[in-house]
Amino acid sequence: MKILVALKQVPDTETKIKVAADGKSMDWSDVKWIVSPYDEYALEEAIRLKESAGAEVVAVSVGGDKTRDVLRNALALGADSAVLIRGGETGDPLAIARVLAAFAKDQGFDLIFLGNKGFGGDNASVGPMLAELLGVAQANVVTRLEILDGRFRAEREGDADSEVLEGSLPAVITAQRGLNEPRYANLKGIMAAKKKTIEEVEAAPVVATVATVTLALPPARPEGRRLEGDPATQAAALLGLLRDEAKVL
Amino acid sequence: MILVFCETKDGSVRKPSLEALSEARRLAGAAGVPLGALFVGAATAGAEEAAQFGADVILKVEAPSLAAYSSDGYAQAIADAVQAKGATVLLAAATSLGRDVLPRAAARLGAGYAADVTGLALVDGRLQVSRPVYAGKAFATTQFETPVQVATTRPNIFTVTASAKAVSVEALKAPEGGFLAVVKEILTKGGGHVDIAEANVIVAGGRGLKDGANFKLLEELAEALGGVVGASRAAVDAGWGLPHSMQVGQTGKVVSPTLYIACGISGAIQHVAGMSGSKIIVAINKDPEAPIFKLASYGIVGDLFEVVPELTKAAKALGIGK
Repeated sequence: MKILVALKQVPDTETKIKVAADGKSMDWSDVKWIVSPYDEYALEEAIRLKESAGAEVVAVSVGGDKTRDVLRNALALGADSAVLIRGGETGDPLAIARVLAAFAKDQGFDLIFLGNKGFGGDNASVGPMLAELLGVAQANVVTRLEILDGRFRAEREGDADSEVLEGSLPAVITAQRGLNEPRYANLKGIMAAKKKTIEEVEAAPVVATVATVTLALPPARPEGRRLEGDPATQAAALLGLLRDEAKVL
Repeated sequence: MILVFCETKDGSVRKPSLEALSEARRLAGAAGVPLGALFVGAATAGAEEAAQFGADVILKVEAPSLAAYSSDGYAQAIADAVQAKGATVLLAAATSLGRDVLPRAAARLGAGYAADVTGLALVDGRLQVSRPVYAGKAFATTQFETPVQVATTRPNIFTVTASAKAVSVEALKAPEGGFLAVVKEILTKGGGHVDIAEANVIVAGGRGLKDGANFKLLEELAEALGGVVGASRAAVDAGWGLPHSMQVGQTGKVVSPTLYIACGISGAIQHVAGMSGSKIIVAINKDPEAPIFKLASYGIVGDLFEVVPELTKAAKALGIGK
């Protein structure tokens, strides 16, 4: 079995967001870069399949020099090889999906794992788009996965419940928290990863399908009010304010 | 045409779909273009309801093969409908199904896509949207560079507006079966089957609840206020048996209720990411320094085990949740 894991490098989720002077992009100074949190579940699932079924795992990411950190870490966790696709972060999910599809096409991947959503754009769409472009099945926001002969069975999160779906391989699976417990890289893995070469390819040329016109911080909330007194007093005051001032009840 | 893919549940159009349809009605009216409501399934009972909310035409793609949801089957049906009607804008509510199928349909159409939008406009005939990015820490205005523009709308943002009109109903050809992936089973888990992302009032509990059994206090308050119960990641992870579908936050659900009451929740960034869009936030916490108080319109520094029952008592006395 051959598995591709597509990883996205993102700013740490604690990062204070700053808008650049052009008013439509992020100011990236002082940002700590990490692998997108959901991608960890994606990579872990691939490594587990490698361990149980003897799959070959290829890690890929679209980015620049600093993106090598994400790929190096994937190698340390057990990926067999890693590829950097040189290309910019466009915030354009279809453009990214097209780049990944051009890379993955005809390479015989049985499974392609991604995190269900990449922190940042938060579109949660590269996975399904990639599946459509490759003409394969998809299962998104997956919390449980079984690989059967030429088929998969997945549990995915719905709005208020879960659903079980079945489909054919090859398939694109996007991981949700709870799919597994991601491991930490151990020293042996880290040392072995240092010796591996991260391949580089150029991204297929892309055409923008969306563009950011403006980027802004949300309006600041006005200062709140603390309610005083004993619990009964506070409760009565709160309900009064919610009904008469905030008018939400 | 603006086309809205709508979902039905138990014979009615789902509220998030009505919200999308209502917003599309406003756009279509202003631009002078027709509005279509698209339904896909084996037998789309309840589709006619779209006429009450401004659809000019109701499109039905019906076939036994579409009885169970298939992302590739439904994406094909939706893309075919867009092409058959020459629609330039395709919308759907950002429900679990909407977020699963619309990006696939967009890729099939070679169309730009934006998820979970909170604002929509037509600028020179083309869609422009506002949406939260970086877990809601910033808002982006996005324009589209493709002939067809696709977006999903965040639930509980747009107002449902009735506007009954004369409508025509059209049946469209369904794609051939043999889909790549199909839903086999729905598993209902945990307590309520209400999607908290659709709720107007949420009473949420965190680590401060100390035990799953104590969530009963929150259920009572929620019921008294006509709302539902949510939970922070800490509570869901604590092994109290709370289902993940109750979790509000970066790795849970994003909610936009009118009222969010955070009980025993400190207000970590990851939690805030899921509820910062709430209109009014109330915080009840023992710790006066808890970050949640910075977000709250009204804060009560106190013991939630004393305050919450008092609120429930007072709310019942005022007959609020009725």
